[in-house]
Amino acid sequence: MFKPLGDSALLVQLGDEINPIINHRVHALNALLQNTNGILETVPAYCTLLVHYDLDFTYQQIKNIIQEKMNQVNDSFQKTARRHEVPVRYGQGQNDLEIISSTLKLSIQEIIKIHSEKEYQIYMMGFTPGFPYMGILDSRLEMPRLQTPRTSVQAGSVAIAGSQTGIYPLDSPGGWHLLGWTTLKLFDPTSETPFLFSPGDTVKFIPEA
Amino acid sequence: MLKVIDASGFISFQDLGRRGYQSFGVPVSGAMDWFAYQSANYLVGNSEDSTVIEIGLGEITFQAKQDCVLAVTGAGYEVQNYIWTFPLWTSFYVRAGWHVQIKKTSGGNWAYLAIAGGFDVPQVLGSSSTYIRGGLGNAIQAGDVLQSGKPSTELTKLATRDFPVQKHIQYSQTPMIEVISGPQRDRFDNTFFENEYTLSKSFDRMGYRLEGKAIESSDKTELISEGMTMGSIQITNQGQPIVMMADSPTTGGYPKIANVIKADLPLLAQCESGNSKIRFREVDVEEAQEKYRMMMKGIGNGK
Repeated sequence: MFKPLGDSALLVQLGDEINPIINHRVHALNALLQNTNGILETVPAYCTLLVHYDLDFTYQQIKNIIQEKMNQVNDSFQKTARRHEVPVRYGQGQNDLEIISSTLKLSIQEIIKIHSEKEYQIYMMGFTPGFPYMGILDSRLEMPRLQTPRTSVQAGSVAIAGSQTGIYPLDSPGGWHLLGWTTLKLFDPTSETPFLFSPGDTVKFIPEA
Repeated sequence: MLKVIDASGFISFQDLGRRGYQSFGVPVSGAMDWFAYQSANYLVGNSEDSTVIEIGLGEITFQAKQDCVLAVTGAGYEVQNYIWTFPLWTSFYVRAGWHVQIKKTSGGNWAYLAIAGGFDVPQVLGSSSTYIRGGLGNAIQAGDVLQSGKPSTELTKLATRDFPVQKHIQYSQTPMIEVISGPQRDRFDNTFFENEYTLSKSFDRMGYRLEGKAIESSDKTELISEGMTMGSIQITNQGQPIVMMADSPTTGGYPKIANVIKADLPLLAQCESGNSKIRFREVDVEEAQEKYRMMMKGIGNGK
């Protein structure tokens, strides 16, 4: 369950599948470890938490600290998670709605309805600053990644891949299928609050004309 | 104040790195060779987190607009002012008007230019480190005027300080790099540790793709993305290792066979494409931490 990742980080494994309950435990443990002596920074992911620690502490000491906090994790934990509404212009700008429609045998209206019906959990952030990996996507919308990633996806693009959905915060290359885009700014390095979302938050897409 | 006359390659501002935003997907960045970075600051009397210029695979020529004290560290570079050559790992006095050129030779990839007082660069998310892919900070170009802060003491006291680099690190193109077993070590046999690898042509601040005997995996289950760090060695589906470097994404989905120890990251960073013969050896966490502490102590004392 605990594995070293180099000489100054430790990986805590809480499961081995993409599952909202396991991910919820990751965020619960992550919250309990904030402002803990010896712990410099944490990186929550789907079913793991990476803990960067201070070298004034030994690996064993850090392991003990985390173990103790893990005993306090329970499934009723309520993170101070926020809920975000994200307006999406489906089918506008760069998008793959027609390809998705013909691949999945769904009308564009059905795709929009299914995608915007659910509330998604932000499992983790990565890839580029501010990119939220969200799930679980309705299985009717599961698409593989693009065979050839786009060299440039515009910031704000709302995308899907496998059982996940995400939003590109920056103009960047990208291999996910695009549904449309949002005018919300997910990452603004000059702002007091540079990131719109935090891992563990929930997101609801609102179709916009 | 320095005026950039000419610049090529990957030239950027770097400091200790951007900490505290990895959970939002922001790479740490910072110097590729932390030892050379910290020593450069030591040589010119700066605090350990001062901003320096990292020169990668290229060259920079600049003109001093006022008297200053500089130091260049790293491997594979030479420094000259058209009349004489300044040694690396020594601080030197530069008079207003002088031109200085830092140029790639061989035996390394990265050099660090520190100025007494540090480069005065705006911070983004708590760091001056340039992270081009994420649009944080700026690249350095011809025509830029680089401001610096106030030196810690009189310039004459900071010039001609040297540093016994050989005592702490032996840059080599045939290094034995120490690593700690990674979370997915069990998926692989000992091929990686029994063969030599070289740096391929595909390398940058984000990662070093190595070439050598393919590493077979006994468990091909797709890994669910998890956190990773500078030094994480991922094995691709084709069995080739990629060592994540300073601009490493915060998470990754390939299995990690090992992690380069902090103390040896500088050695790996300076391995050249095609030319290097790199071997890897597993050590335990305690040994690795002790080696790192000794190196840090060496820089602190300048001995």
